[in-house]
Amino acid sequence: MKKEISFLLNGERRTIDVSSSEILLEVLRDRLGLNSPKCGCDRGDCGTCSVMINGKTVRSCLILAIEVEDQEVVTLEGIMHNGLTPLQESFLKHNSFQCGFCAPGIILSTTELLAKNPHPNKIEIQEAIAGNLCRCTGYSPIIDAVIDLVK
Amino acid sequence: MAIENQFDYVKVKNLDEVFGVFQHYKNPVILAGGTDLVEFLKTGVVQPDVVIDIKGLDFLKDIRLGNNILWIGAGVTFSELIESEIINEHFPIIAEMSKTVASVGIRNRATMVGNICSAVPCTDSGPILSVYKATVITVGMLGERKIPIEQWFVASRKTALAKHEIVKGISIQLPDKKHAGCFTKLKRYKGEDLAQVNLAILAFDDYSFRISFGAVAPTPVRAMRIERLLNRMKLVPELVEKAQQLVEDDITPITDIRATKEYRMHMAKVMLERGLNAALDRLNGGGPAYGQSVI
Repeated sequence: MKKEISFLLNGERRTIDVSSSEILLEVLRDRLGLNSPKCGCDRGDCGTCSVMINGKTVRSCLILAIEVEDQEVVTLEGIMHNGLTPLQESFLKHNSFQCGFCAPGIILSTTELLAKNPHPNKIEIQEAIAGNLCRCTGYSPIIDAVIDLVK
Repeated sequence: MAIENQFDYVKVKNLDEVFGVFQHYKNPVILAGGTDLVEFLKTGVVQPDVVIDIKGLDFLKDIRLGNNILWIGAGVTFSELIESEIINEHFPIIAEMSKTVASVGIRNRATMVGNICSAVPCTDSGPILSVYKATVITVGMLGERKIPIEQWFVASRKTALAKHEIVKGISIQLPDKKHAGCFTKLKRYKGEDLAQVNLAILAFDDYSFRISFGAVAPTPVRAMRIERLLNRMKLVPELVEKAQQLVEDDITPITDIRATKEYRMHMAKVMLERGLNAALDRLNGGGPAYGQSVI
């Protein structure tokens, strides 16, 4: 089944024909040209496909594209309209990422946390990014960067 | 991974529409959070001819408490349970359990009702609903059914839900006796993982308990023999040791990628002791804060 859906993507209204079996991640990457969400495990475990729907981080590999009709989708590109955010500056300062594959997911997860809780403690930060797997820097510089930002 | 199977998609606006769709298709499936379903669609475990999205049904988003009966609608996510004042104040072990489910990005989408509909053996919600003696409310064209939780889980991934029925929500009677609880989940590492063993305990101020294990049998196991042994007895070490021996009769763990059956059996006993003590300490106003793991 094909259907034309319309939704807000990074603040812009987009309209696209999707098949009911298309995955949101594939539509964002392959058809709408947004490369920040990535395909890692493809089953919701690794967090690298994270995007926000209506302000909450979700796994775009576990969502049908057709589900986002009339919803508001934000990818990492969408929070960077004015350049790097202070959070990203802090990640940069602390060399938090090496290969960068996990970065979009971790940045979005932390952004969601800080919107709800501007001064999280270490445990809250760990909990917020649990499920975003990083195989390079071992999480410590990621957590340090957030602690440094919110202190 | 793309989904090979093709299906129609309907986002329904009311329950009647659901039943209309049921009549037009052979193999419908309900989509709420989709964190299990989309995975099942990708692997082909589920091959529907129509996916019915119920996220548009606002009345399924309710968490409410009236006449000491808690209602959790089929659209309520684990994140919403964690943030709910009603849950934190009156049912803190539901929040304690919800915080152990996968990760924030999954909990923002995944629902408790979806969790018990998938009915995998390691369901985190199962043992909790079991100790609260919850009731699953389903609705079909012929009306509603109230299914006690001990009849809900039929086998691994099999529930008492009939064809052309959907779950409206879960109701839980708030126990009238003073009580406290403990949910503990054994995982391979901190952060997101499925359970190797999980355990829910309710302790009442008359020294009775309700105890339910998960991930150690095809369905959640209410440990009735242990409950009877402990009933109205002082929890001395010798009694705990006897209770731990009974664990071997109650659960049937298997070896899989997450743990061996021997490890599961051993840890179930350790968890029982720690969980009982934590629940009792909490009942007496102390103990670890809810959400703080005892394992």
